[in-house]
Amino acid sequence: MAHLLEVENIRKTFPRGAGVFAQDANGERFAAVDGVSFQVSAGATLAIVGESGCGKTTLARMLLRLIEPDSGKITFDGQDLLQLSRETLRTERRKMQMIFQDPFASLNARMKVGDIVAEPLAIHESRLSGVQRLARVGEILRRVGLDESALWRYPHEFSGGQRQRIGIARALILRPMLIVADEPVSALDVSVGAQVLQLLQELQKEFGLTYIFISHSLPVVAQLATHVAVMRTGQFVENGPVESVLRRPESGYTRELLAAVPEIPQARRV
Amino acid sequence: MDTLVEIRSLTVELPTAAGWVKPVNEVSLRIESGGSVGLVGESGSGKTMLALALMGLLPPGARVGGEILLLSRENGKEKTGRTKAEAQRTLRSAERVLVGLTAEEWRGVRGREIAMIFQEPMTSLNPVMRIGAQIEEAILAHEPDLPGEQLRERLLAAMKQAALSEPEVRAGQYPHHLSGGLRQRAMIAMALAPQPKLLIADEPTTALDVTVQKQILDLLDRLRRELGLALLFITHDLGVVARVADRVAVMYAGRIVEEGPMQQVLTGPKHPYTQGLLAASPTLEKRALTPIPGTVPQLMELPPGCAFAPRCALRRAECDVKVPEFRHVDAGQAARCVLIEEGVR
Repeated sequence: MAHLLEVENIRKTFPRGAGVFAQDANGERFAAVDGVSFQVSAGATLAIVGESGCGKTTLARMLLRLIEPDSGKITFDGQDLLQLSRETLRTERRKMQMIFQDPFASLNARMKVGDIVAEPLAIHESRLSGVQRLARVGEILRRVGLDESALWRYPHEFSGGQRQRIGIARALILRPMLIVADEPVSALDVSVGAQVLQLLQELQKEFGLTYIFISHSLPVVAQLATHVAVMRTGQFVENGPVESVLRRPESGYTRELLAAVPEIPQARRV
Repeated sequence: MDTLVEIRSLTVELPTAAGWVKPVNEVSLRIESGGSVGLVGESGSGKTMLALALMGLLPPGARVGGEILLLSRENGKEKTGRTKAEAQRTLRSAERVLVGLTAEEWRGVRGREIAMIFQEPMTSLNPVMRIGAQIEEAILAHEPDLPGEQLRERLLAAMKQAALSEPEVRAGQYPHHLSGGLRQRAMIAMALAPQPKLLIADEPTTALDVTVQKQILDLLDRLRRELGLALLFITHDLGVVARVADRVAVMYAGRIVEEGPMQQVLTGPKHPYTQGLLAASPTLEKRALTPIPGTVPQLMELPPGCAFAPRCALRRAECDVKVPEFRHVDAGQAARCVLIEEGVR
């Protein structure tokens, strides 16, 4: 079976010291993503793990072409993503959606939840009638565990976990094949995060989704992922099935990350 | 160990549009000298408000009931700028009135006896002031007459203590030059420069990478040992609590619902909420996570009985009558749950 996503030698550089207060960069650039290659099979969950600044967020955005890579190739569902025209890209985009980390920043505070979740439909399925749109939105909101009354309310009326569910509903409404999630539970409390993780797992089975998610939390990765890639300064230092990477890591850096995780003591069995 | 801070039935009330709420509700807690208490809770549990009460940093309009006793005993060491006569100091609050200390009195305590570090070092550090100047400011706030040379010495000592590499260089840098971990160290240096006895750390490592978190936790360990520093560590992460704390107190809707030695509480939790947190926490071993159904209650809408009962699988009629008292299990572990006495738990 062909992979759903194939990434070959993708690279992205940024000028050093970018920004208004930057010192003269001298044309120096640094590589945020420095030649990354990997494949993801349909139905898998790939976790990209790494510390701040390793390039994981830049990489995730490139997969959806929210940022243009400098070089490399991305093949998604058989299509060369980087060669697509704007029109074709737009139709391809509906197959891949993103869930963001910050449930407070990722929803337009001035839009009602119903409109937020309906927006992708307005863009990609503009021939739907208002009634049909409403039905689709209501259905997906119910599926993520929100009451239909959410349709008429604003994001600030919801808790962090509920807002994350809204973001998930928005990502799912087009029935994508791939969802890229950037730290989906790191801003949430433990019990709320557990609910969202459970929801993501259920949805994956039900909708036949493939996930790529970014996380700095190895325990969350252990819970959700089928495969793990460990990223450091723009490159993958390790990549494999979750069991292998977490239990028999080959890279010293992976071992260092694992050793740093503070463990909850387990009751000794009598 | 001597008790350093004793919190007795502390209640903090805040006025809201919907009436008075109690983000801290009859909380009693003891922090030993040099000891480490982990305060665990999720958003809305009241843990930060409790910390702010200990620092006299409650929002204006807050009403405080109960007592906070700060007992300080010199252990024979000379402390620069301090008289040895400070054997015992009490912060006593009148009933239901703002803490009875004046602003002036709080200044003698806040930062000097009890210091605090926060989650986001960037918001605690002045972005337009060099690191060295900020730490010096913290020292001068309590020892305004310190001569320049000694000030510089104290500055460098504080930075070395917080394991800030190249202190002379760092002192001249601005916060934005530093990584998250270094900023947190700078905060620790600032907090410890006046040599307080208790450090309150409110989620100090939540925003940090896991390897940096380990360094900061190791640092706090070392400081406890070297300085006899007591620690009140606030977190929602049970793994971090296990790493840092001798004792754990679990908060829910403003009350402590379980308390005891860390190992005991985390391996043998007696309150269903604590059990729920453990069952919902991911670990490196994949296992079936059980989320806690429902959501944390709004403080305005607390039930008359146990605040956790609506979400509790073991709920019975008795739970809704009144808020359960603490029931002791053994060896210093106690929880507010009616089921304990009956030997069911």
